Amino acid sequence: MKFGVIIFPGSNCDHDTYHVISKVIGQPVQFIWHRDTHLHNCDAVILPGGFSYGDYLRCGALASHSPVMQAVKTFAANGGFVLGICNGFQTLCEAHLLPGTLLRNNNLRFQCQFVNLRVENNQTPYTRDCAPNSILSFPIAHGEGNYFCTPDEYLKLEQNRQIVFRYVDAAGNASESANPNGSLGNIAGIINEQGNVLGLMPHPERACEEILGGNDGLQLFHSLQISIEEYLKALDK
Amino acid sequence: MKATVHVTLKNGVLDPQGQAIHHAAETLGYSTLAGIRQGKFFEIEIAEGADLAAAKAEVEKLAHDVLSNIVIEDYCVTIEKSRSAGGDDEEHSGGHA
Repeated sequence: MKFGVIIFPGSNCDHDTYHVISKVIGQPVQFIWHRDTHLHNCDAVILPGGFSYGDYLRCGALASHSPVMQAVKTFAANGGFVLGICNGFQTLCEAHLLPGTLLRNNNLRFQCQFVNLRVENNQTPYTRDCAPNSILSFPIAHGEGNYFCTPDEYLKLEQNRQIVFRYVDAAGNASESANPNGSLGNIAGIINEQGNVLGLMPHPERACEEILGGNDGLQLFHSLQISIEEYLKALDK
Repeated sequence: MKATVHVTLKNGVLDPQGQAIHHAAETLGYSTLAGIRQGKFFEIEIAEGADLAAAKAEVEKLAHDVLSNIVIEDYCVTIEKSRSAGGDDEEHSGGHA
C-alpha cells in the first residue's frame, strides 16, 4: 500500500498530510510533484490544502491544469482513490472530478475554527469506519469554502447520497448558525458518483492527534486504509 | 491584434464582494446605485502575424476552459483587429452555459 501527496506551488498542508500517513497511520507515503505525469504507483492520492498558485484566477483553477492532474483524472476514471482537502477540494471541482464549485465565504471572512460535521453517508471508502450519523470535530481554515452547485446538481447529490459531510451544531442539526461559510445545504464534503473521489473543506489531517485538539480525522484515514487494503486484496485474487 | 475577455458571475450566483463594494459606496454617499456585481477583465495580446480565426478559437477555448468557471460564470470575448484593416474593428462572442 502506498499513499501519494501531491505538491503544487503554494500547497501548505502537504507535510501535515505526509506526517499523518507516515507517522500516525504508519503507511508508506511519497510526495508527488505537480509536474510529474504519473503517480508513482500510489494506491491513493491526496491533494492537500494550501494556496496553490497563490489562489490566482480562482482557487484551484491553475492547479487543476497542472501536468499531474491528467494522471489524477486517469487514475480517478479507473476507480483510484482521490482525496481533496480544502484547496485540494477546490482543485477537484475545478478539474470537474467533483460537481459544483467553492465560492467566497458569504461573510467574506477567513474562517479558522473547529467545526462539527455530521457523517451523512458512512458507506463510502472514506467513512466506512464512522458510526451512522456520527458527529466529527475537524478544523476549517478557508476563505472560499462556500459550496455552490445548480439545483439539478444538488438534487442529484442528495439522491445519490453524494453529500458525505454537513456542517452541524453541537446537537447535530444542520442549522444556519452552524454553517460557517454559506455552503448550499451546509455541505462540507461530497463524493463523486462513482464513490472514489472525495473532497471536503475541513482538515482531517489536522485532527489526528490529541495534542492538536482531537483525533476524529483518524476515522477518515483508517477508512481509506481499509478500503485500499480491500482493493489490493481483490486485485490479488 | 488584441483580445479582451470579460468574465462575470451568472445571474443568481451570490456576489458578496460586489455587495460589500456596493455597501461601501453607499456609505460614501453614492445614492443612485442599485447594485454592484464584480467580475474579471483580461487583456490578451495576440502574437504578430497570427491567423485571426486561429487566435479567436484559441482565446475562446482559453476563456471557456481556464479564465472562467462555467459552473458560476459567463464570459464574453472581444477581438480588436488592427485599425489599419478598416471596416469593423471589433468582434464579440460569448459563452453562456
